[in-house]
Amino acid sequence: MVTLIETQTQDYATVTDEVSTLVDLADSPVRDLNQALHGAADGQSWTVENPGGKHSLAVGINAAASVTINGHAGYYAAGMHQKGEVTVNGNAGVGLAENIMSGKVHVKGDASQSAAATGHGGLVVIDGNAGARCGISMKGVDIVVGGNIGHMSAFMAQAGRLVVCGDAGDALGDSIYEARIYVKGTVASLGADCIEKPTKAEHLAELAGLLAAAGRADNPTEFKRYGSARNLYHFSVHNSTSY
Amino acid sequence: MTITSLTPGAPAAFPARQVEELGLRESATFDRATIADIQRAAATGVYDIRGWGAKRKVPHFDDLLFLGASMSRYPLEGYREKCDTDVVLGDRYASKPLHLETPVTIAGMSFGALSANAKEALGRGASEVGTSTTTGDGGMTPEERGQSKHLVYQYLPSRYGMNPDDLRKADAIEVVLGQGAKPGGGGMLLGQKITERVAGMRTLPVGIDQRSASRHPDWTGPDDLEIKIGELREITDWKTPIYVKIGASRPYYDTALAVKAGADVVVVDGMQGGTAATQQVFIENVGIPTLAAIPQAVQALQELGLHRKVQLIVSGGIRTGADVAKAMALGADAVAIGTAALIALGDNDPRYAAEYAAMGSAAGYYDDFQDGRDPAGITTQDPELSSRLDPIAGGRRLANYLRVLTMEAQTIARACGKSHLRNLEPEDLVALTIEASAMARVPLAGTSWIPGAK
Repeated sequence: MVTLIETQTQDYATVTDEVSTLVDLADSPVRDLNQALHGAADGQSWTVENPGGKHSLAVGINAAASVTINGHAGYYAAGMHQKGEVTVNGNAGVGLAENIMSGKVHVKGDASQSAAATGHGGLVVIDGNAGARCGISMKGVDIVVGGNIGHMSAFMAQAGRLVVCGDAGDALGDSIYEARIYVKGTVASLGADCIEKPTKAEHLAELAGLLAAAGRADNPTEFKRYGSARNLYHFSVHNSTSY
Repeated sequence: MTITSLTPGAPAAFPARQVEELGLRESATFDRATIADIQRAAATGVYDIRGWGAKRKVPHFDDLLFLGASMSRYPLEGYREKCDTDVVLGDRYASKPLHLETPVTIAGMSFGALSANAKEALGRGASEVGTSTTTGDGGMTPEERGQSKHLVYQYLPSRYGMNPDDLRKADAIEVVLGQGAKPGGGGMLLGQKITERVAGMRTLPVGIDQRSASRHPDWTGPDDLEIKIGELREITDWKTPIYVKIGASRPYYDTALAVKAGADVVVVDGMQGGTAATQQVFIENVGIPTLAAIPQAVQALQELGLHRKVQLIVSGGIRTGADVAKAMALGADAVAIGTAALIALGDNDPRYAAEYAAMGSAAGYYDDFQDGRDPAGITTQDPELSSRLDPIAGGRRLANYLRVLTMEAQTIARACGKSHLRNLEPEDLVALTIEASAMARVPLAGTSWIPGAK
């Protein structure tokens, strides 16, 4: 017997910042930034200058604080993020907001591979394009991509929603479980066990909510919905070519 | 596997003894187990999935012997002179390394694969003797965290149940690249064991056959791993030791690359290391024996000048204190046990003979951990079966067993004149077979010959 996972709409982070703490990574190490952020209190605001593509910026935040990174971030920016809000005024490297639990991460430029990988909750917004494996093994995170996404995105996606305002690459949603995918543009190809599904009123409503949360004006009726055919949920000799 | 074609209570055509007396000849190539495998495959159309590690005979610690002290070496007095057993794990970079009282640790086994009672019993037993337990594919349970003084949190490709709150609660983090039973394979948990609680922890629909990834979702290769370890250190403020676990296939290169990527500890699991559910063809045919893996890993550490600085934990087929001592003499800093710990809890106990027989198996042979029908209440999520394992009594049995392993290893170390288990060295060992001699890189007993040595 299979009991499906319920999809719930989440409250994303809202941070009201008054005075911002400035950290210049040209002068201070990433380690000091992260340690300071781990001691941050709710409502605090931080601005990071000269990130220079450094890795692991603003990882492990666990407070309703806001961090603005002015420039490009390397691997794992806002990794394992909780509660707060991280904005990257630039591009982000591999594994943006990997395993995000809650809160919001917003990249104004493009994101590399594995954006929001394994995320359990929260919202990840990428205004530009995302590379391959966007939303891989996602477990409840919501992802909104303004541009295109690369191949093998939403591979083994378990729960959460992935919204793509541009096109999707090959093998979208391969081996997908219960995550929902909305794509406005074209899909190069669907992966094993991923199919197009009818878009009902409830889906239009959740899509409208996600687009609004991402600050986008796209029309929900222009998207198509994709999800699991649920044919691979039980091992069967007849599926041997799909595994 | 279990015999599917067996008719319960049916008499054999001839008693076994009579078959021998008739002079019937069994094929070495098509022996009875092989014939049963073919019949099972033909009947079901699905490959055999089972638990345990490799069952085939491979060169192992049994093929090594210690050279006790005599004229040229001084033994320690068994009951008066100290032979210490403690080990520090993870002091290369982490500010809070683990300090264990015995080098015998408990290997990663998931809640899901094991019952909550079994996980609690492992925690209780390990904590009683001052060693660590390890989570598995599926996250950390409160029972496990509560009962384990030292808890290693596995970081796996599936990232089931991975969350930063538990990461910060962990005493060490183990980045898992593979395991000895299936180097290159991902996790597997069949529907019978995906109960509501297990499914909830893994964000999966209840009752499905879980497929999980064999590669990490957000890094590929040693250069990425270095950045990934950097992220985990940043999240935990460089306090928590980070292990890298590899399934033994190319341990010389994998150990060197794990060290280069910044590991505090390298865990090498040989092909005898157990699993809860893997294809039999994978278990028996992929990976190398523990004995062959240790010298390769030690060589890599020595060449980097980091032997004993980056600690080496070895697992896969550790059963006795002699095995512990032999692994350490070959250069391990600690060992991990999985299958043996489950046996200590009550797995494959002859008291369940009737129930094993009813399932087409027998005590000593039962390996269908994927089925969730374990009469010992260990590899199951069934509430009735799970309740058969008393976690307090099970914990006591495990603690007893861990004490025996430690005392046995001390007995051997003292006989070799060593005041600490880690002082055991390859020089204390000889091999009984040419194969073991070549793999372990110690001389064949009575000779100075090591095949392959330059």
